[in-house]
Amino acid sequence: MPKNPNVKRVLVIGSGPIVIGQAAEFDYAGTQACRSLKEEGMEVILVNSNPATIMTDGDIADKVYIEPLTAKVLEQIIMKEKPDSLLPNMGGQAGLNLGMELDESGFLAEHGVTLLGTTAKTIRKAEDRLEFKETMEKIGEPCAPSLVVENMEDGIAFARKIGYPVVLRPAYTLGGSGGGIAHNQVELEEILANGLRLSRVGQVLVERCIAGWKEIEYEVMRDGAGNCITVCNMENIDPVGVHTGDSIVVAPSQTLGDKEYQMLRSAALNIIDELEITGGCNVQFALHPTSFEYCVIEVNPRVSRSSALASKATGYPIAKVAAKIALGYTLDEIKNAITGKTYASFEPTLDYCVVKIPRLPFDKFITAKRTLTTQMKATGEVMSIANNFEGALMKAIRSLEQHVDCLRSYDFSALSEEELLERMKIVDDQRIYIIAEAIRKGIDYDTIHEITMVDHWFIDKIAILTEMEAALEKGPLTVELLKEAKRIEFPDNVIARLTGKSEEEIKKLRYDNGIVAAFKMVDTCAAEFAASTPYYYSVFGSETEVEESHPKKKVLVLGSGPIRIGQGIEFDYCSVHATWAFAREGYETIIVNNNPETVSTDFDIADKLYFEPLTPEDVENIVNVEKPDGAVVQFGGQTAIKLTESLMKMGVPILGTKAEDVDAAEDRELFDQILEETEIPRAAGGTVYTAEEAKEVANRLGYPVLVRPSYVLGGQGMQIALSDQEIEEFMAVINRYEQDHPILVDKYLQGKELEVDAVCDGTDILIPGIMEHIERTGVHSGDSISVYPAPTVSEKVKETIAEYSRRLAKALHVIGLINIQFIAMGDEVYVIEVNPRSSRTVPYISKVTGIPIVDLATEVIIGKKIRELGYEPGLQPAADYFAVKMPVFSFEKIRGAEISLGPEMKSTGECLGIAKTFNEALYKAFLGAGINLPKHKQMIITVKDADKGEAIEIARRFEKLGYIIYATRSTAAVLNEAGVKARKVNKIHQESPTVMDLILGHRIDLVIDTPTQGRDKNRDGFLIRRTSIETGVNCITAMDTAAALVTSLENAEKQEELTLIDIASIARRGNP
Amino acid sequence: MMKYASILSVEGTGHKMKSFLILEDGTVFMGSHIGAQKEIISEIVFNTSMAGYLEVLTDPSYAGQAVCMTYPLIGNYGVCLEDMESKRPWPDGLIVRELSRIPSNFRSDISIQQFLEENGVPGIAGIDTRALTRILREKGTMNGMITTDENYHLEQILPKLKAYTTGKVVERVSCTEKYTLKGAEGNGAGLRVALLDLGTKNNIAKSLAARGCDVTIYPAATSAAEILGDKPDGIMLSNGPGDPKECTTIIEEIRKLYESDTPIFAICLGHQLMALATGADTFKMKYGHRGGNHPVKDLVTGRVYISSQNHGYVVDTDKLDAKVATPAFVNVNDGTNEGLSYTGKNIFTVQFHPEACPGPQDSSYLFDRFIENMRNGGYHA
Repeated sequence: MPKNPNVKRVLVIGSGPIVIGQAAEFDYAGTQACRSLKEEGMEVILVNSNPATIMTDGDIADKVYIEPLTAKVLEQIIMKEKPDSLLPNMGGQAGLNLGMELDESGFLAEHGVTLLGTTAKTIRKAEDRLEFKETMEKIGEPCAPSLVVENMEDGIAFARKIGYPVVLRPAYTLGGSGGGIAHNQVELEEILANGLRLSRVGQVLVERCIAGWKEIEYEVMRDGAGNCITVCNMENIDPVGVHTGDSIVVAPSQTLGDKEYQMLRSAALNIIDELEITGGCNVQFALHPTSFEYCVIEVNPRVSRSSALASKATGYPIAKVAAKIALGYTLDEIKNAITGKTYASFEPTLDYCVVKIPRLPFDKFITAKRTLTTQMKATGEVMSIANNFEGALMKAIRSLEQHVDCLRSYDFSALSEEELLERMKIVDDQRIYIIAEAIRKGIDYDTIHEITMVDHWFIDKIAILTEMEAALEKGPLTVELLKEAKRIEFPDNVIARLTGKSEEEIKKLRYDNGIVAAFKMVDTCAAEFAASTPYYYSVFGSETEVEESHPKKKVLVLGSGPIRIGQGIEFDYCSVHATWAFAREGYETIIVNNNPETVSTDFDIADKLYFEPLTPEDVENIVNVEKPDGAVVQFGGQTAIKLTESLMKMGVPILGTKAEDVDAAEDRELFDQILEETEIPRAAGGTVYTAEEAKEVANRLGYPVLVRPSYVLGGQGMQIALSDQEIEEFMAVINRYEQDHPILVDKYLQGKELEVDAVCDGTDILIPGIMEHIERTGVHSGDSISVYPAPTVSEKVKETIAEYSRRLAKALHVIGLINIQFIAMGDEVYVIEVNPRSSRTVPYISKVTGIPIVDLATEVIIGKKIRELGYEPGLQPAADYFAVKMPVFSFEKIRGAEISLGPEMKSTGECLGIAKTFNEALYKAFLGAGINLPKHKQMIITVKDADKGEAIEIARRFEKLGYIIYATRSTAAVLNEAGVKARKVNKIHQESPTVMDLILGHRIDLVIDTPTQGRDKNRDGFLIRRTSIETGVNCITAMDTAAALVTSLENAEKQEELTLIDIASIARRGNP
Repeated sequence: MMKYASILSVEGTGHKMKSFLILEDGTVFMGSHIGAQKEIISEIVFNTSMAGYLEVLTDPSYAGQAVCMTYPLIGNYGVCLEDMESKRPWPDGLIVRELSRIPSNFRSDISIQQFLEENGVPGIAGIDTRALTRILREKGTMNGMITTDENYHLEQILPKLKAYTTGKVVERVSCTEKYTLKGAEGNGAGLRVALLDLGTKNNIAKSLAARGCDVTIYPAATSAAEILGDKPDGIMLSNGPGDPKECTTIIEEIRKLYESDTPIFAICLGHQLMALATGADTFKMKYGHRGGNHPVKDLVTGRVYISSQNHGYVVDTDKLDAKVATPAFVNVNDGTNEGLSYTGKNIFTVQFHPEACPGPQDSSYLFDRFIENMRNGGYHA
């Protein structure tokens, strides 16, 4: 079927800010889809509130709107841009829901806009629990006994009928948000209440618990003519009960015979056909472990996290093909871009094994429950490829960058057999390590299987790894043993540890005996056809397929690994843009990364893609084969920076800022020296290793002090300490892992925080703009609302910042990007920290100023000068609009996580508000972050003593907006005394009605709760904040944020129509 | 707790004995021995199915060949004997990257190691199967030897490899006496199908019987007169091994079946033999199609189906006489013929395997089409 000639202007909806359950995979899918549409000559209009994405670049779409993703905003864009079609299935659940809303309201029909790809009818059939169940029953596909309930009574009655445990799944939510397994009525009531509220349509599915069954997924494609294929199937090592996003997943399935494989494949095709999905779709099944009985768990009628994983696991570009299908093509008309010979109607076949492990944020939220449930908690994931399962698992483990490199990385050896059996019942991220320990202790497979329901085959594979550990430990280390250890991907450092030798000795033994990594190609077809796209993975004991290339210049771009809090999609943006810029300059580009969700690991971004862990050994394997002329580390976040030293040892020149200069910025003594030379003031401080030393420095400086490890991103482990006792606590947390570098203790200064990202060519510096944080210092920059251009500081401060930036960049010999954070107290400017590399604000500042700083940095790295590139050095003139970057959090997904803001970053994503006025930009940013007020106009204020003064003014403004204010005793007293009417409520432990009853009454818009300084040990405050988050009440923990919100609400009252700004036009303006 | 072989056994096979795969072009792969203790010379082919190794091993079409599985992890779910596609395994040898140390599936009867040993099938594990596949892809299917003799002499072996042919294998794999499979309930109830066993997979007869047909299976050497004498409602020509042109006598008999006006449906070798019987030609492909992921397009409806395939020869459509037959299916990847519709006859034939096992079941509707053709009796394709 040829392309539909009526489609010319397509509106694509992105997925908005990164939250748990909806992450980088949609930037990958959306970017691929947009490029695919443009390839077909379409005009693409893109809407996404997330500025950190690649899809929101001027070169990906023709028109780019970084605007809040609400129906109203979309309506406005549609009226302005007049697209003929809307592609809703690339933007995750957010995009799909919006598309549905516009369709249901009749707006699309009224404006002559067609939904491309899957129709609204299909989406309803797949997403509406009841319609889905009826459809499945009609075609004889089994579902677990279930009932959609809209109230508590029905839920309780049905659960009683089918028996506990039951699974609860709210309709139209993300990542299983608000869902869970209830083992009794108490749990049911809690989860159901939450789920009913979170569901867009107030529906929750109560279902027979099939926990423990095998969880199997199929990625399916279907075109408008009804042709269907499956791209890939995947098996979860964690059986049903753990969200697939939090499970360790293997592709293809390992424990299914052809009968089971084909039974479920046929069922998947049957389902997609009945639902009449056109495009990509994900079908999840539960398969009984000892029979052919199965249940359909759910269907996602769109691209998803799983489809991104399947694309990377097979090489089949699902989003690209889905976009072509949306335009009317059939599968047999779309070429397979990997082979160039076969067509999209071909089913990929693998001749390797893929393992995905989720990246869970428990290293950030150390108080959170590690338990894994049907509610997703992972912020990202890693994928690895090998020709055996053990090797793929080992590679994935070390890709996580969580201080793990083998199955001994968590030490449970102290647990007795009985304790292990108990511990094994807990389903958390450490389960494979527990299973490994159980095997070491001689617990048999059947017992392990009975408790965990993990298949014997996987248990045996874990056993093989523990046997290898034992064999290495016992010795002797023969060549034969070493070969086998490498075949199952034991890294040299682990072999060294187990054999008591040095890593160098192991490496030498390997090289002397020719035990080196070979590289194989991911080609979609198990080598049946020659592939033209170089996408590689390493194995041991095989021949390499990499063809030698001798381009003029060859550059290695190191990616940023799994998405985690503090190191997100922004670094993928930087890596991809740097790769493109190098390619434009005639370089052959090589990307190394292990994150399946990203654009950087798409098969056609770089000339060559290596899907590998980012450890020195793994990178060296690539270097040995490719012999690059240089490597760039400044775009891949801390992951890439950490590889600098190793790369230099391998003899690979670091392009751009030199390693010793990076060190000078991180090393306290060297940095202090530079500050002294350049006459730039900073907060006094010192470096320490132990708690004793830390206390000494703190007492010398006087409390409060800031404590943090060096060489980390996202302020990991950073805290404000008020006392010796807190120092001890924080130092203990930091020193859980051995620190290679000293810990910094600084005097804490409270002032305005400002930030710049700049490009330096060694002589001149280009500063696109200054960003000002709304929150005072003390809140991590990534969690602060950031405003460009800086609205409240004086010209003098701006000049000082520009001057200091210039001096610092020059003193550090920066070639490329630099990020500097400042504090302004009055007109005094202090430097907080300098990062001679890309930062998370790079995409944001690039887009809102139209100055492509990654491209410029790359040009500078190659040797060009800023002036040659057509820019006048220095601080660029401010734009004539405001851009507000708003952090977005995923606290509701992480049970038990402390939500109050502090020096350690906690947000998972961000959105942008851009407008002619500051107030409108701020309003848009809050709207984009999902803070859509007012609703009930009731709020609670409970603040610490130091904030009570500020609270009066803020409360007064809320009161003026018509808010009814509740406050705890002392806060209420202060407010009432100042003439702001506040109703006193009891604290949690006092008699009802308490503050908690109020929150649970679902009539509260907002809670302002500032925790007592430092780490809040007050359980009341913690409970209030958690309950607010979990019941969907907005909770603000910093006074500055509260002031910004009230400003935004005041403006909202006046706001009628929003002004729309096409980012692509800014990009073109900024690019000389 | 179960005790397993030392991890030092190569690739988890439990064996440490060395084994060699020697190709006709002189390439030697060293791996470890698996299965029965014997030396073989065979035609080396590869199969890209990720599951279904037992169905592959028991498909008679592999007689005279040794199969390399491109998926590296084989034996994971053991061997479930009821899934066998014939009475015994047929390939001369099995070539794998790694055999699973334990079988894990609720239906597994024995491990694959045991199955190979008990059935006298030798093999080699621990070799770079992808490198082997690339050689076969680039140079075409070739013969090879699997041996555990470390003192092999290439100069002696290579001429033997070159001389090897699969020869007349159909007779070897076909049943020796006719027998009948009673039909269940279904749209084919009351219909009697004669299935000429050229090396048939069980699921062909099962697919028809499951739809209600009574299926009588005839040895390959059965004359057309005998089959027609039993007055079947339709005739089914099965899949089978080897070069179709070797089957000279069978082709003559099939010509008679063609002329009988009985509805006929043929699969794989049966499809090739019908083509040869009616004046068309076949040729050997460079490395054939063996796997479960090949797209075939129905030229009438334009629909594409993913099919199970196993063939090294193909009908040459350039030499097809449209007055006799026209292409009904085409391979989307390489444009080769995947099915024919016979002009003026109630005969249609396909190169791929609608009976699946292993592989996708997408084209099983063709059995229903055959049943309709038998019901209508007329000239429908």
